[in-house]
Amino acid sequence: MNALWQRLRRLEKERYAAFAALAILTVVSSFLSPYFLQPENLLNILRQVSYTGIIALGMTYVIVAGGIDLSVGSMAAFVGTLSVLALNAVAERGHGDAAAVSAAVAVALAVGLLCGLGNGLLVTKGRIAPFIVTLGTMALFRSLSLYIGDAGEFRSASAVFGDLGSWMPLGVPLPAAVLLGLAALLSLAFSRTRWGRYTRAVGSNARVARFSAIDVDRTRLASYGLNGLMVGVSTVLVAMRFNSVGTSTVGLNYELDAIAAVIIGGTAMAGGRGTIWGTVVGAITLGVINNMLNMVGISTYLQGTVKGLVIIGAVFIQRQKQS
Amino acid sequence: MAAPLVRVRSLRKEFGGHAVLRDVDAEIGRGEILGLIGENGAGKSTLVKILSGIHPPTSGTVELDGRPVAFRSPSDARRAGVSLVPQEFNLAADLSVVENVFLGAELLTPRRTLDGARMRARTAELLAELGASVAPDDRIDGLSAAQKQLVEVCKALAFDAKLLILDEPTTMLTRREIGRLFAVMRSLQARGMTQVYVSHKLAEVKTVCDRVLVLKDGELVHQAPIGAIDPPEMARRMVGRELKEIYPPKRRAAGPPLLEVGGLSSPGAFTDVSFTVREGEILGLAGLVGAGRTEVAEALMGLRPCTGTVRLGGRELRSRSAAQAVRSGLSYLSEDRQGSGILPGFPIAENVTLVSLPAYCRALGLVDRARELQSAATWRERFHVKAPDLKAPLESLSGGNQQKISLAKTLDPGPRLVIVDEPTRGVDVAAKQEIYRFLAELAARGTALLLVSSELEEVVGNCDRVVVMREGRVAGELAGDAVAERPIMYLATGVEEATA
Repeated sequence: MNALWQRLRRLEKERYAAFAALAILTVVSSFLSPYFLQPENLLNILRQVSYTGIIALGMTYVIVAGGIDLSVGSMAAFVGTLSVLALNAVAERGHGDAAAVSAAVAVALAVGLLCGLGNGLLVTKGRIAPFIVTLGTMALFRSLSLYIGDAGEFRSASAVFGDLGSWMPLGVPLPAAVLLGLAALLSLAFSRTRWGRYTRAVGSNARVARFSAIDVDRTRLASYGLNGLMVGVSTVLVAMRFNSVGTSTVGLNYELDAIAAVIIGGTAMAGGRGTIWGTVVGAITLGVINNMLNMVGISTYLQGTVKGLVIIGAVFIQRQKQS
Repeated sequence: MAAPLVRVRSLRKEFGGHAVLRDVDAEIGRGEILGLIGENGAGKSTLVKILSGIHPPTSGTVELDGRPVAFRSPSDARRAGVSLVPQEFNLAADLSVVENVFLGAELLTPRRTLDGARMRARTAELLAELGASVAPDDRIDGLSAAQKQLVEVCKALAFDAKLLILDEPTTMLTRREIGRLFAVMRSLQARGMTQVYVSHKLAEVKTVCDRVLVLKDGELVHQAPIGAIDPPEMARRMVGRELKEIYPPKRRAAGPPLLEVGGLSSPGAFTDVSFTVREGEILGLAGLVGAGRTEVAEALMGLRPCTGTVRLGGRELRSRSAAQAVRSGLSYLSEDRQGSGILPGFPIAENVTLVSLPAYCRALGLVDRARELQSAATWRERFHVKAPDLKAPLESLSGGNQQKISLAKTLDPGPRLVIVDEPTRGVDVAAKQEIYRFLAELAARGTALLLVSSELEEVVGNCDRVVVMREGRVAGELAGDAVAERPIMYLATGVEEATA
C-alpha cells in the first residue's frame, strides 16, 4: 500500500497533465458539435497534426538535450524543394514512378539529416547559442528555397507520389501512421537506450554529464541530426499530400507548432525532462483546439491567438506545479 | 540572565507527513555564539531554514526580541535582522562582488540612482575585515570556492544583522581562512552580534562557540555550555554511540607503481607536477584551496588541457576526454557534488550507472534496467545507503547518502585508479567513517587511490604518503611518520613557523 502510494507520488504530474487536458477537451468538443466524434473528423485531425507532430518528436530530443531549433519550417521548404526536384529529374529520364518516389524520399531524408547536423555542428563545435544558430539557418533555408523556386511552386511529375499522400493503410492516413510508428520507436529509444538517457543527462546538467564521461557534443549533435531527419520525413509527406512544394508556403509556422506541441506535452524548456508521448498528445491537443474553433465558427485569424494563449497557459501551469 | 534574543517553542516541521523537526524548544541568548550540531538529517538545516525564513514551520512559534515572528521569505527575515550564510553558494556568477553583496538591497543616492561609491567602500571594508584577497569589482565566476564563501559572509554582514547564522561555513576554507573567519566572528561578538554556527567539525565548534545544542533525529537531545562538553562527548550525543576510531588502520604494503605523472603542466593552473601512485596505496594530494589540486585531478581525467607525461601501468596515457580516461581505468569523484557530480532529479539507480552505463547496454544501446537496479541495490547494501526505493529521485536522500551514491557512481566502472576529491565534504561523522573504510577496503584490494583534500586531518588519517602543492607546484612529498599536520602545513604555506 505504502509502496503503491510512493509510486503514485513519483509519477511526474506534468507528464499526465497533457493527457488529462486532451481528455477534457475531447469531451467538451463532443458536446459542442455532434460531428466532432465522427471517425472521419478524428482521422482528419490526426492527419493535420501529423506533419508538425513528426517534427515535434525530433524537437523533443533537441529541447530535452538543452537546445532549440527554430529553423525546422524553413528547412522543410528547402528539403521539399530539393526532394521534388530530385523526383522530377528521375521521372524525366524515363525511370518509373517507384524510382522517382524513392529518389524523392531518399533526398528528403538525406538533406534533412544534413541540415540538422549542420545546425548541430554550429552549436557544438562552433559554440554558438542554439537560438542564434537556428535563427540564422531559418532565414538561410527559406531564402535558398525561394531563390531556387523563384518563390513559386514545384509540381511533382509523378501521380503515384500524390496518391501516396492520400493513402490510408488499414484506414489510417499515412502521415498519422508514420507519426504513431515513429513515436513508438523514439519513445522506446528515449526511455530505454543509452542515447535517450544521455540526452536527458546532457540537458539536465551538461557539466555533470561531461564529468561523467558522457560525450556531450555528440549527444547534442545527434539530437539535431534526428530533428533534421524528422523534418525530412514530415516534408516528404507534405509534398505527397499536395503533390507539389510551394517554396513560399511549405513549412510556414512549423517551428511554432512543433515547439508548442513539445511544451504542451510537458517537456521542460530548460531541458532534462520530457516524454515523447506527451509531445504526441500536445500535437493532437493543438489540432483538436483548431478543429473545435472551426466548428463553432470562430475566425481562422483568431486561431493563432488561442494557440498562443494555450502555450503560455501550459507553461504557466507547469511553473505553478514546480513551486 | 537577560531575555534571550530568539526563543522557539514546540517548533515542528514535516515534509510530506515525515517529521524532520519534532517539537523543538530552544533559546538563543544575546551575544552568544551558539553551536548547532547533529548528524546529516538531524534537522539542523531545517531549523536554520525556518529561522531565516526559507521554510515556514508546520507548527510552533519563533520569537525574536520577545515578539512572535513569521517570516514569509529570506528577505523578510533579513529585514528583521536575521541573516543566513547558506551552505551552498547563492551568488550571481556574472555580477561583481559589490553587486552581489548588495543584491536586492542596493544603496541609493538621493537622486534614486545606485550609490556605487558607498557600496564599494562598504564592501572593501568588509573584505578587508575578513582578510579576503578579493577586490570589490571582481566578477564572481573568476573566484575560487573559498573566495565565494567569503563573499557570502560579506553579503550577510552588509546589513545590521542581530542574528547571523553560518551553515557549514568552513567546508570550503583552508585552515588559515578558518582562523580568520573565527577572528571575525569574535570581533562581531564583541560588538554584540548573536551568531549561530552550524557545523560537522566538532573541534571548530569547541574553539569558537559558547554553547552547544545537539540535535538528533529532529529532536533537541542535549545542550551544554562549551566548558562542560568536549568533542568526543559531542560526537557521542550526536550519534548515541561512541565513535572509537574514525580512521581505519593504515596499510603499509603498497604494490608496484600504477600511475606515473611527469612534468604535468596546464597554463594558469599548475606547472611541472610529478608524482607516482602505487597499487593498493592511498596517496594524499594536499594544499591550500587554489593550490591547483583539483585542476591536476581534472587534467588527469581529460577534463582540462595539459602537457607532460602520464603513464598508467607503464603505458602512455593521453586522455582528451573523460570517456577515454574512464576506459583506461581512471575514475573521478568531483569535489562539487551539485555542480558536476550528480543529477539530483534523476532516479538513484540512474545516478549509480551514469559513468558505467555502456556496460549495462545490450544491442542498439538498450539499457538492461534489471541489471542496473541490481547493481544499484548492491551498492546500497555495501554503503549502507538509506534509500527504500532506488527509482526515487536522488534529491530525496540526505546529503550524506547522496555522497555515498556519488561514490558508488565513481566506483561502478571498476577503476584501477580512483581520484576522490573532497570525498567527505558536508558529510556527518558516521558517514565519514564509513567512507574512509570503503576507501581503505578499495586499497586493500589493490586499487590505487589519490585522495585530494583540504582537510589536513583527513589526509593525515588516511594516507601513507602525501604530495603537497603550493601555488600550482609540488612543494614537497612526505611519507611514513613525516605525514602529520604540521609538516604538511609548512609545505602548503611555504613558511617554517606554524601559521596558526
